[in-house]
Amino acid sequence: MTANQADVRRYRPRTSVFWWVHRRSYLLFVLRELSCVFVAWFVVYLVLLVAAAHRGSDSYQQFLEWSSRPWMVVLNLVALAFVVLHAITWFTLAPKAMVVRLQGRPLPARMVAGGHFAAWAVASAVVAWIVLGGW
Amino acid sequence: MPDTITLQVTRYRPDADGPPTLQEYVVPLREEWAVLDGLNYIKDQLDGTLSFRWSCRMGICGSCGMTVNGDPALTCGTFLTDYAPGPVRVEPLANFPVIRDLVVEIDDFMRKLPEVKPWLVREDGEALDDVEFLQTPAEMDEYKQYSMCINCMLCYAACPVYGLEPDFLGPAAIALAQRYNLDSRDQGAHQRLDVLATAEGIWACTYVGECTTACPKGVDPAGAIQRYKLTAATRTLRSFLMPWRAR
Amino acid sequence: MAKRSSSEAVAWLLFSAGGVVSALLAPILLLLFGVIFPLGVLAPPEHAHMEAVLRHPLTQVVLLGLCVLSLLHWAHRFRYALHEGLQLKRLRAPINLLCYGGAIAGSLWAAVVVFG
Ligand code: SF4
Ligand code: FES
Repeated sequence: MTANQADVRRYRPRTSVFWWVHRRSYLLFVLRELSCVFVAWFVVYLVLLVAAAHRGSDSYQQFLEWSSRPWMVVLNLVALAFVVLHAITWFTLAPKAMVVRLQGRPLPARMVAGGHFAAWAVASAVVAWIVLGGW
Repeated sequence: MPDTITLQVTRYRPDADGPPTLQEYVVPLREEWAVLDGLNYIKDQLDGTLSFRWSCRMGICGSCGMTVNGDPALTCGTFLTDYAPGPVRVEPLANFPVIRDLVVEIDDFMRKLPEVKPWLVREDGEALDDVEFLQTPAEMDEYKQYSMCINCMLCYAACPVYGLEPDFLGPAAIALAQRYNLDSRDQGAHQRLDVLATAEGIWACTYVGECTTACPKGVDPAGAIQRYKLTAATRTLRSFLMPWRAR
Repeated sequence: MAKRSSSEAVAWLLFSAGGVVSALLAPILLLLFGVIFPLGVLAPPEHAHMEAVLRHPLTQVVLLGLCVLSLLHWAHRFRYALHEGLQLKRLRAPINLLCYGGAIAGSLWAAVVVFG
């Protein structure tokens, strides 16, 4: 680079803190990343549930009452929406990282994603079956 | 169809004061005209001081990338009629320093590109010119998609991580590294690992995925990066568990 | 030039493992215990049944794994969100401490509760 060129004033645009509101795809990306907060909340809620159950029948009942307060239900509905967003985006993107081969040929991405969604359905069914007293 | 369309074009003069401004030009709207033809009309008929880059006019040279109505695009492959009745905003590529009007400084990308050694690396001492390397169609399919890259840098303009962290190696450089990593004739994968598996390399990427949307050649850099994350992570794990086998 | 980072590789692997298990299990569990039972759509399981399930060693291992990996998933994504989304790169060290410290503390709590 010549000295002459180096002297020339460049215009350097700055990325604003709110860069993600300007585009739908950026917004969806930020929502996807924020889903992790609700994954953490899910862990807290789950551990509280287990703790209550371990403490005995009374505290388990108390937990159930606490969980049916309106603001708790609203919070959990929002959390559910975010973890579902997490699950859908996660399984859709999974084939990008994994190249699954069958007899040396790479499997089409749709099938890899399909396998993930099938596993999701099975896992959900098994959990529901256990919780609802099927075993 | 109206017979003219308004272009709002970024003007930036480094020798004058102030940030870039938009200037409006009215150009003929023709069926076969791309945005680049509109710019050339301005340059030839209306205002010879407008600066922009272009060369091939057929989506091959990768020099005419600009921001058209907010999206990164090759202006030679983006048609005015798709934006009728207009106006159409034409700005320089995002995330790059602007030199003048629609011309951006690409030095950063030119510096990063050779770091990933985007050429065939042989370690067995065979001179590339002396031997013939055979490759099956299936072996070629492994990397062919990534070899379509024309270095237009639209993916850098689309990537918010690059905008926020200019040290990020970036989509095209990583995709091109994979272009050679996945080539059966290449032996340089572990050399590239040291450049790619860094905090400024693949680990800076949070998979926004916009590079793939922006790419005019179907390269899918986001997929290349994601796939390489898994490769790099398993290699690292292996060198933890079996240090004697690590290279 | 930058050095190859094995800590990032491990963090990413744990993030991915956490992403998979939480995507598989979190929606159904939240749906049941956060929405369906509280709204009375279905009757919640009896305490005895819950205890029988929760005391089973296999359940305990799965639950702990789910909690630990999900928290590590959170830690990874959240620190990136703070670094980049809010452009707090200067605070990298304290942010990492907060996220992974939080994940480890949460994991210990989960272990004590689940096996307690
Ligand atoms: S990967 Fe696509 S968008 Fe990026 S430089 Fe190459 S051709 Fe252009
Ligand atoms: S002018 Fe060559 S790609 Fe557009």
